[in-house]
Amino acid sequence: MAQVAEQAQKYVGGGILRKEDPELLNGAARFIDDMSIPGMLWVSFVRSPFAHATINSVDTSRAASMPGVKGVYSGTDLADEWADGLPCAWPVTEDIKAPKHWPIAKDKARFAGDAVAVVVAETRAQAVDAAETVDVDYEPLDVVVDMEAALQDGATKVHDEFENNSSYVWNLDVGEVDQVFNDAAVVVKERYYHPRLIPNAIEPRGVICQPNPAQGEYTLYSATQIPHILKVTLALTLGLPEQKLRVVAPEVGGGFGSKLNVYAEEATCLALGRKLGVPLKWIETRSEGYLATTHGRDVIQDMEVAADENGKIVGFRANLLADMGAYLQLVTPGIPILGAFLYHGVYDCQAYSFTCTGVFTNKTPTDAYRGAGRPEATYAVERIMDALARRVRKDPVELRRLNFLEPFDEAREVITGLSFDSGNYGAALDKALDMFGYDELRAEQQRRRDAGDDKLLGIGVSTYIEMCGLAPSQVLASLRYVAGGWEAATIRCHPTGKVTVITGTSPHGQGHVTAWSQIVADELGVDFEDIEVLHGDTAISPLGMDSYGSRSLSVGGVALHYAAEKVITKARTIAAHELEVSEEDLEYSSGTFSVKGAPDKSKTIPEVAFSAWTAHNLPEGTEPGLEETHVFDPPNFTFPSGTHLCAIEVDTETGMTNILKYVAVDDCGTAINPIIIEGQVHGGIAQGIAEAMYEEAVYDENGVLMTSSMSNYRVPSAAELPTFETDRVETPSTTNPLGVKGIGEAGTIASPPAVVNATIDALLPLGIDHIDMPVSPERVWAAIRNASGSSVDARGTDATAAGSGVGSADTPGGEA
Amino acid sequence: MRRISLTVNGVQHEGMVEPRQLLVYFLREQLGLTGTNVGCDTSTCGACTILVNGNAAKSCTLLAVQADGAEITTIEGLASNGEMHPLQKAFHENHGLQCGYCTPGMIMASLDLIANNDDLNDEDVRIGLEGNLCRCTGYQNIVKSVQQAAGEMRSPAST
Repeated sequence: MAQVAEQAQKYVGGGILRKEDPELLNGAARFIDDMSIPGMLWVSFVRSPFAHATINSVDTSRAASMPGVKGVYSGTDLADEWADGLPCAWPVTEDIKAPKHWPIAKDKARFAGDAVAVVVAETRAQAVDAAETVDVDYEPLDVVVDMEAALQDGATKVHDEFENNSSYVWNLDVGEVDQVFNDAAVVVKERYYHPRLIPNAIEPRGVICQPNPAQGEYTLYSATQIPHILKVTLALTLGLPEQKLRVVAPEVGGGFGSKLNVYAEEATCLALGRKLGVPLKWIETRSEGYLATTHGRDVIQDMEVAADENGKIVGFRANLLADMGAYLQLVTPGIPILGAFLYHGVYDCQAYSFTCTGVFTNKTPTDAYRGAGRPEATYAVERIMDALARRVRKDPVELRRLNFLEPFDEAREVITGLSFDSGNYGAALDKALDMFGYDELRAEQQRRRDAGDDKLLGIGVSTYIEMCGLAPSQVLASLRYVAGGWEAATIRCHPTGKVTVITGTSPHGQGHVTAWSQIVADELGVDFEDIEVLHGDTAISPLGMDSYGSRSLSVGGVALHYAAEKVITKARTIAAHELEVSEEDLEYSSGTFSVKGAPDKSKTIPEVAFSAWTAHNLPEGTEPGLEETHVFDPPNFTFPSGTHLCAIEVDTETGMTNILKYVAVDDCGTAINPIIIEGQVHGGIAQGIAEAMYEEAVYDENGVLMTSSMSNYRVPSAAELPTFETDRVETPSTTNPLGVKGIGEAGTIASPPAVVNATIDALLPLGIDHIDMPVSPERVWAAIRNASGSSVDARGTDATAAGSGVGSADTPGGEA
Repeated sequence: MRRISLTVNGVQHEGMVEPRQLLVYFLREQLGLTGTNVGCDTSTCGACTILVNGNAAKSCTLLAVQADGAEITTIEGLASNGEMHPLQKAFHENHGLQCGYCTPGMIMASLDLIANNDDLNDEDVRIGLEGNLCRCTGYQNIVKSVQQAAGEMRSPAST
């Protein structure tokens, strides 16, 4: 209704400080490990040290006799607890090979960290002590770690029941792809590798199961992003009546996709709670999490672009190998597919091809990690754009402008069949170039090159697009995702004038309580402080699809807007009745209905809420109470975009790199809270820079995770990161009435190619045009040494690095 | 079991602890001060940072018995008379936290940093907080928060 859109906006668009902060700042917030229940026992898991091994036997007798131990169970002991294996909700093709995934392995361990037994004891320490005494007789098997090796004939199989290690092949071809590539004046092909990443939410995972045997009910507390999805899926896995299960996400300390899953530990704690009838708690240790919590990325990309001799693009072709790890977790196979439609970026083309092969290896399963599929797409597109610019001898900015889709403020269909909601890619680019001082930096770059400076300067450009707002349920159906993409919101107007908002989103740091309060405060004209936002408890918010994929605002926030409209509609009926005028004679503004021409005759929403509660004088057919729910199924995705620019100084003597300047101009549509947006952008960029420069989960040839703890997997600290300069352009989304697009992942999606393009740009005078992520000083140094013909110390080309053999530092890319 | 006696946030406590008991779990599980969080098992993340005799320390790296006789401050001891400490206020005003899990440790480390350095530039703050990891904020607003608090804590007007 137009009446809502016309409201004076007091809060929306303002940099409102967060309501969530006080209890997080004074230590009162309750994270999972802060909770305990009288009589609670502790759970500890026994995990396979081998990446692939037959489990001959599990001897639990010694552990069972340890102090405080209440039970020790192998996978076989718990076999009858499961109605089904752990769920994979996204079987992306009809013929996908999806193995049964039992929470506790029975016959074989398929990655180092696979749980093989579980111990229940009176204290945390007793459970851990006893777990160490469980005697598992393993027979080690050959291991497959490398995706390409896993696909070769005769490779060791991760799952014996399948003919090979290929889980699926997913393909999308549009246009005359082969012909376009054959006829093109210029074709550039490169190979890229996305390191395997460990998400590292600072709060580890944890679970508490509280059975209520008298009622046959269970409450499962979990550090999760997805309490609602957990309730449905765990009910299925355990054969538990869903109406007897309540799932609560307490305060959750970050997720980044790693808490978007249905984990063995959640299923096992629930099963043990059912079996033993007592409360149980499990808290992950960080090093345990490195093995047992899903990893991200680990994708090889063969990327091609076809263009005319001026660099006008005619086609994109991408061929991916994506490492699934040993099992398919909740959405493992679908992660690369979330990028499948974006391998043409913001550029026009006539032919498009995307193919992805999902590969099983004896490694921790992969799944969503901030950006999920879209960082992969953006990286390939933006790297190949720079390679094409070099080939056709154009400035990378100029090449991008030449190929941009024209600005549009109505949805437009692109080559993949998707409809981009709105976009003005040149506007973000212009603003970013201006903030960056592009011309001056190019001049400085040239000056250093001319002077033979040993500190070279490089400039990296990334003009990205992503898709979020997951998602139209029917589109999800066509992609074979088994759930819907809607979101629910309820607004309850109390007779005292206070308001309770119930949302199906499940925040874990994003500030939904604040942003949702802003939206409702403006639409209903109530005070920001008078609004309570409840979330993350299936008993309080029975309807929800939770938080991931930058969906919360553009689906859940929009559901809230529609719920507010319903509240206003009902309130108008009551107000008109009380004021003895027709509904058409009422004007609505900032929470007040007033009679046209007689503005002193009015009713506010709180006044109407009181009338609706007393029900003394309601119009015929109007139910008492003022509470409305709306479930919103979005008609389309949203497509945030923008430009990120990075200037890097590379010390050619040492390989050290230093980000001198980082500028981000993002278009997330209409802004609800610029402070929160900026925070999301900062954090996203930091995680993208971490991927580009620092982080990589490295396995040895035996499938042992070498980066096995926080002390040797390099999560950057404040000292490793620069200051970011950020700004926005706003092209309102046409997908929803709020015009919002989403901002949770943009920074992570945009930044890796900006950083890597900048590093390569610095090194071009040395003949270096390719280095794989993470672009560490060691790799830069090795690339410089190789380029100058010097021999490289063995440590310079680390044989255990996952990037080696794929396109490591000493392998120049496809184009000179 | 060993008997220890220590002062936490100005209150005297006695407790019986296993010799292997980590200080962080004594604070969290025996004293119920759950504001101090545990984020790793390698003394890397700094979420468990507290003040021991006025100096920042990672409480997952100390045994409870080592804190016998010590004077300890945790995040719960910062606010006074319901008023946020300048660091808490600055983190709030500068959006220096998102999920908030690293925040207590980050604030306690910042307290030590400010107390021991008269003049901090942004780079000093970044290096000074190297032992505290945050995955949400990208640190920029944390640096801003620390700088604002440092200014307020040194300004006589604010005391």
